[in-house]
Amino acid sequence: MANERTLQVKAISGHPGTVPGAGVVREFEVAKLIDVTTCIGCKACEVACVEWNDHPFRETTFDNTYQTMPSTEWNYYNLIKFNEHLREDGTLMWLMRKDQCMHCADPGCLRACPADGAIVQYTNGIVDFNQQNCIGCQYCVSGCPFNIPKFNATTKKVHKCTLCSDRVGAGLEPACIKACPTGCLHFGTKEEMVQLAKARVDQLQHDSMFPMPNAGLYDPQSIGGTHVIYVLHDATKPELYGGLPADPQIPMSYTYWKFIAKPVGLVIALLSLLGVFFHYILNGPKLPQPDAAAREEKI
Amino acid sequence: MSTSVERFDEQARQRFGRFGRTTVHEGELLRHPVYTRVLHWTVAIFFFLALLSGLAIYSPWLYRWISPLFGGGANTRLLHPWFGAGFVIVYLFQFLNWLSPMRWKPADRQWVGRMREYVSGDEKLEPEYVGFFNAGQKLQFWEIVFGAGLLLITGFFMWFPEVFGRILVAIAYVLHDIAALIMVFGIWIHIYLSTVGQPGTFQSMTRGVVTRAWAWTNHPAWYADVTGRNPREDHQRELDRQERRRARERSLDEVAEEKPSPDRNSPDAPGSR
Repeated sequence: MANERTLQVKAISGHPGTVPGAGVVREFEVAKLIDVTTCIGCKACEVACVEWNDHPFRETTFDNTYQTMPSTEWNYYNLIKFNEHLREDGTLMWLMRKDQCMHCADPGCLRACPADGAIVQYTNGIVDFNQQNCIGCQYCVSGCPFNIPKFNATTKKVHKCTLCSDRVGAGLEPACIKACPTGCLHFGTKEEMVQLAKARVDQLQHDSMFPMPNAGLYDPQSIGGTHVIYVLHDATKPELYGGLPADPQIPMSYTYWKFIAKPVGLVIALLSLLGVFFHYILNGPKLPQPDAAAREEKI
Repeated sequence: MSTSVERFDEQARQRFGRFGRTTVHEGELLRHPVYTRVLHWTVAIFFFLALLSGLAIYSPWLYRWISPLFGGGANTRLLHPWFGAGFVIVYLFQFLNWLSPMRWKPADRQWVGRMREYVSGDEKLEPEYVGFFNAGQKLQFWEIVFGAGLLLITGFFMWFPEVFGRILVAIAYVLHDIAALIMVFGIWIHIYLSTVGQPGTFQSMTRGVVTRAWAWTNHPAWYADVTGRNPREDHQRELDRQERRRARERSLDEVAEEKPSPDRNSPDAPGSR
């Protein structure tokens, strides 16, 4: 199998000295960094997403904001959420956040899914849906803390952002990253992105003119971190950014119940089958009475 | 109470009777009319369709085994709620049909108290207060009524998640499983007791009849109701009859032993040539 791991150079003939790059450990986990402080809400990423995924341009919903529609849709993976936030000092903040699949390290959708092969998580962190294996039960919708998977009622399949797994697999950045004109979107290894985010957070916190002491990185550890991370002006209130949960949780139905209680419960339910079988072996049938010719022995 | 239900049921029983018949032979009693039998087996078919298709989605280990039976995972998911709905609708008629004989009575507490004797088989005859259904059957019935109700409500949440939201679906997911597991636990006991566990019971749901001996053994109060006779006396009379017959057979055997045995070396005997 030829991949980045196996094609790393190990030895070189007639080469003086050590092998270049020896001992280098390659980071495989990718991440998308969204710096909401530099987003201008141009929606180029929305258009790029629709174009790359070959989705038709669909009707939008006007709800007195700049937002294209209330939430992402099965054929609209990427949506800038707008929120006008009145701060305590009376000044206004116009918050814009690019909403899409967060590609959780511990994906609630994958845990909830009962269909073999409908959801996969790659070693690079991308969580992808395989619609040909999807059975349309929508448990993934219930398992997701970010309200991301969307159901297509016609085909009975669920869709969501793929982090352009097709592009990333070919060594390209996701379409939204390519389209971003302000450099608010970054793509690279998770480690690099976290470093970049921390540097930006530091810059925001110590800005000489407009310091933002609450600025921070959004990489929720309650689900093992995500492969889409944010730099927020105020990381203490992520809900302001179009309902980003401060402490995203997978319902226990899809963790403890599904993987511990369900198998145990099924075994207990089937134990009655074993029970009646041995009841017959031990006692035999209960026949209509009287049976004068019968002789019973405790043996 | 429930006079309208009884009237509706009586009509349904009579109408269904015209589509079929129940033949009661000498020494037998009518147990379940055509209407009850049709309902029972329709419920049973829907139950197992819903159970199988549900188990496919229930467990990743069963998914690959069972989902092909229904044409793949997507079809299984599509059909399961309809099987469930079919089960609930037909069971509703079953519920009305059996509501009055299944009503819980003070004597049923007594029966539950002596469940050990029932299970161990130490007691050969059911207590005289046991009517058309015993308390165990009633428990099974009410377990299915409440289980089916819970499955219906939680099933709706899971059928239309876009209406009810993710948290309700997550809660329904657990309750749906619990209700189904209890019913799976119960169904094996039901099938066992109505077939090999208590011979003579199965035909009550196929041909619709049981023997008189089965009736005075398992449902004495019902036997008294339909025959107007005392189940214990009839049991004793039958016991005496069996004893007399055995005694007569013994005396006949004694007479036979006194006769000379037939000649084994007659020319007709095989292998003599």
